[in-house]
Amino acid sequence: MPAPAVVAENLRKRYGETQALDGLDLTVAPGAVHGLLGPNGAGKTTAVRVLTTLLRPDSGHASVAGCDVLRQPADVRQKIGLVGQNAAVDELLSGRQNLVMFGRLYHLGVAAARRRADELLERFRLADTGGKPVSKYSGGMRRRLDLAAGLIMAPAVLFLDEPTTGLDPRGRNDVWDAVRSLAAGGTTVVLTTQYLEEADQLAGRISVIDHGRVIAEGTPDSLKRQIGADRIDVVVRHTADVPAAAALLARVAGATAETLPEQRRVSAPVRDRMAALAALVPALTAEGIDAEDVVLRRPTLDEVFLQLTDKKEVVA
Amino acid sequence: MTALRWAVADGWTVTLRDLTHKANQPVQLVINLLFSVMVLLMFSYLFGGAMDVPGGNYQEFLVPGVLALTMVFGIEAMFTAVSTDVNRGVTDRFRSMPMAPSAVVLGRCAADMIDAVLALTALVAAGLAIGWEWHNGLPSALAAFGLLLLLRLAMLWMGIYLGLVLRNPEAVMALQILVWPLGFLSNAFVSPGTMPGWLGAIAEWNPLSATAAATRELFGNPGWGGDSSILLAVGWPVLLIAVFCPLAIRRYRDLSR
Repeated sequence: MPAPAVVAENLRKRYGETQALDGLDLTVAPGAVHGLLGPNGAGKTTAVRVLTTLLRPDSGHASVAGCDVLRQPADVRQKIGLVGQNAAVDELLSGRQNLVMFGRLYHLGVAAARRRADELLERFRLADTGGKPVSKYSGGMRRRLDLAAGLIMAPAVLFLDEPTTGLDPRGRNDVWDAVRSLAAGGTTVVLTTQYLEEADQLAGRISVIDHGRVIAEGTPDSLKRQIGADRIDVVVRHTADVPAAAALLARVAGATAETLPEQRRVSAPVRDRMAALAALVPALTAEGIDAEDVVLRRPTLDEVFLQLTDKKEVVA
Repeated sequence: MTALRWAVADGWTVTLRDLTHKANQPVQLVINLLFSVMVLLMFSYLFGGAMDVPGGNYQEFLVPGVLALTMVFGIEAMFTAVSTDVNRGVTDRFRSMPMAPSAVVLGRCAADMIDAVLALTALVAAGLAIGWEWHNGLPSALAAFGLLLLLRLAMLWMGIYLGLVLRNPEAVMALQILVWPLGFLSNAFVSPGTMPGWLGAIAEWNPLSATAAATRELFGNPGWGGDSSILLAVGWPVLLIAVFCPLAIRRYRDLSR
């Protein structure tokens, strides 16, 4: 097995009363897209700041691309790209001027920095607007420029901290496409997100983070399995039928059914999918419950997440 | 040695960044230069008639004062630049890159000193046009410009420190307003002797006053400077740099805490 691209062991960081990192462990395989999923304040950004040498942890160890973040920060900085929560680009420079400046600061020669800037502008569909000041860019364009700046040196590990926050769907798709093409090229990507869909779409593995700790980890599918069973949803035509449907579903599934009266939906986890479905449909007819839809499905990541973080479970 | 070479190269890249800002906004650059000239002309022609300077005319007294005041404006320019970079995450991007950490600050200082030289040039040209001149020869005049730039450097370090501490870009408004009473509470425009006693004492001790008095002395312009003014004009900025430079460096390091 190749050496991991990112290792974090028992990272702790305290800010006054807040334990931002509380023994965080993380291992990311080279070439993987690894999602750090968690709510606001879970410690995702703090973890990324430690891994990118911006922040010293109170205790614990971390290495990125084989270099220790505390003892070899300069080496780590040679091998990473960081795209933070803000579009960290200079508003008063043009897109091209930004990329040339950052290229020079990565110690590219003038000609090489210009060439790299043009390549990246082309790749991120900014070639036409590369000469305009960034203050005239849209949010999506800024993000793409920000991403391009993080890729000047073809980093071994790219860190993306909530890369799509505040973007419209088109901007979000642009970022997703960029991440996918990077991953296809073999770059290790660590991305934080609050959006379960985003982690599900992009990441091969997900670490669910809450209160500064990893509370679950695995592939999106294994996380869903870990949380248990598939689910059956029944949608009834009349709200009045919801209690009867819930009772019936609970009996068939052998588990408590949740109700969402405003959606006329009831939902329960099942062990044996087909047997439950086979029993359920005739029973609905027999009891005269007018069902509009019966769905057999995997739990959504929302359900996984909410269950893991110990909040009230809801049906998405 | 390579580390030093990169530090210089990175610093120059940051300086170029700032100069590019100016090249991208030529109108802003001209307005900034005209602003100081406008202050000079306003005081010279709107208030100057009411001023009575012993042993000389008001223009002769005023120009060194406005030169020194303009140096103090460096504090807000630096503050704005530093706090904007911190807030936009540009500082973090720099810190995550394999560049020399000193370059971020030193590069900006160099760019601002170029700014200061431009501002001085515009003001000197305007001053000469309204009848001001230096009377003690070029070496003394150059020494005076050196003292002005030293004051600017001290203001830059204060600006760096404040930018890292306050961070809030809105604070620049407060700073922009505060610069005026601090600028006027000096001998830049009038003699502190005309102020109520305690205010006059503060004005005498204002670092801006020390530089203005010393430059008047060096230019051979009229003023009220004592013998110690050149010493003070060196001592004040050096003291301010000695205090704010380590504070700013520590604050910058603390970004990683």
